[in-house]
Amino acid sequence: MAISRRKFLNMLTIGSAACLTLLTPISAFAAWASDAFNATKPEDAYKNLFGSSDLAQSDEVKLKVPKIAENGGAVPVSVKTSMKNVESISIFVKDNPQPLTATFQIPAGTIPDISTRIRLAQTSTVTAVIKAGGKLYSKSQEVKVTIGGCGG
Amino acid sequence: MKVKAKVKNNITTVRVLAKHPMETGRRVNKETGEKIPAKYIQELTCEYDDKVVFVAQFGTSVSQNPYLAFSFEGGKKGDALQLRWNDNTGDVEKTEAKIK
Repeated sequence: MAISRRKFLNMLTIGSAACLTLLTPISAFAAWASDAFNATKPEDAYKNLFGSSDLAQSDEVKLKVPKIAENGGAVPVSVKTSMKNVESISIFVKDNPQPLTATFQIPAGTIPDISTRIRLAQTSTVTAVIKAGGKLYSKSQEVKVTIGGCGG
Repeated sequence: MKVKAKVKNNITTVRVLAKHPMETGRRVNKETGEKIPAKYIQELTCEYDDKVVFVAQFGTSVSQNPYLAFSFEGGKKGDALQLRWNDNTGDVEKTEAKIK
C-alpha cells in the first residue's frame, strides 16, 4: 500500500506529539515555591506560600536556635511540635534579602521534627511556621549575629 | 551526599549532608569583580518503600553544604532509602542509603 505524502506527514506530526507528551513528565520538576522564595518581605512570603499571613503565635511550636550566633553563615535550627496533622514546617528569617529559607513537607507518618543550618545576613528574628489541620502556628526568636568574632 | 539512617523503636532517623556551594547569586568574586551566579539546591526528597517520606524546599539562605535531619515512622533494618536533590541550574544528585 502506497502512503501519500500528506498521510506520511500526518503520521510524523502525531508521532512527535506523542513523544513530547511522554517526555514532559520526566523533565518537569515538582513545583518549587518560587513566588514565596523570591518574596523580599516576610508578609509576602507567607501569603505566597500559605495563601495567608494570618499566623497564630503558639508555644506548641518548639523553635530551637541560638540567641547569639558568631557565624551567621551556618546557624543550627531545629523545629518540632507535638501537634497532630502537621502538613508542613517552614523557616523564615525576617531581615534576609529573601525571608523564606526553607519549607519542609511532612507527609503522614513523618515526624514533625526537623533540623538544618541556615544563613543570617544580620541580626534578625527567625520564625518557624507550622501548618497543621489547615491552620498556621508560629514561634519567633531573635538571633544576634556578632561581627568580627569579638563577641560584641 | 552523605546519608546516615538508623532505626530505633520503629522510628527511622535520617541525617543528610549534601555537598553543595549554595551560591546566593549576591556574592562578588573579589579578583574579577564579577557576581558569582546563583547555584543552590531547590528541592531534596527522600523516598522509602516507594513512598515520599520527606520533601525539603530550599532558598538561598540555607547554609553551604546543607545539613538536614528528619525522622519517620517505620523503616526496616537493611532496607534502602532513595534520596535526590536538584538545584536551580538543573543539576541532580541521587543516592541510596541503607537503614542501619
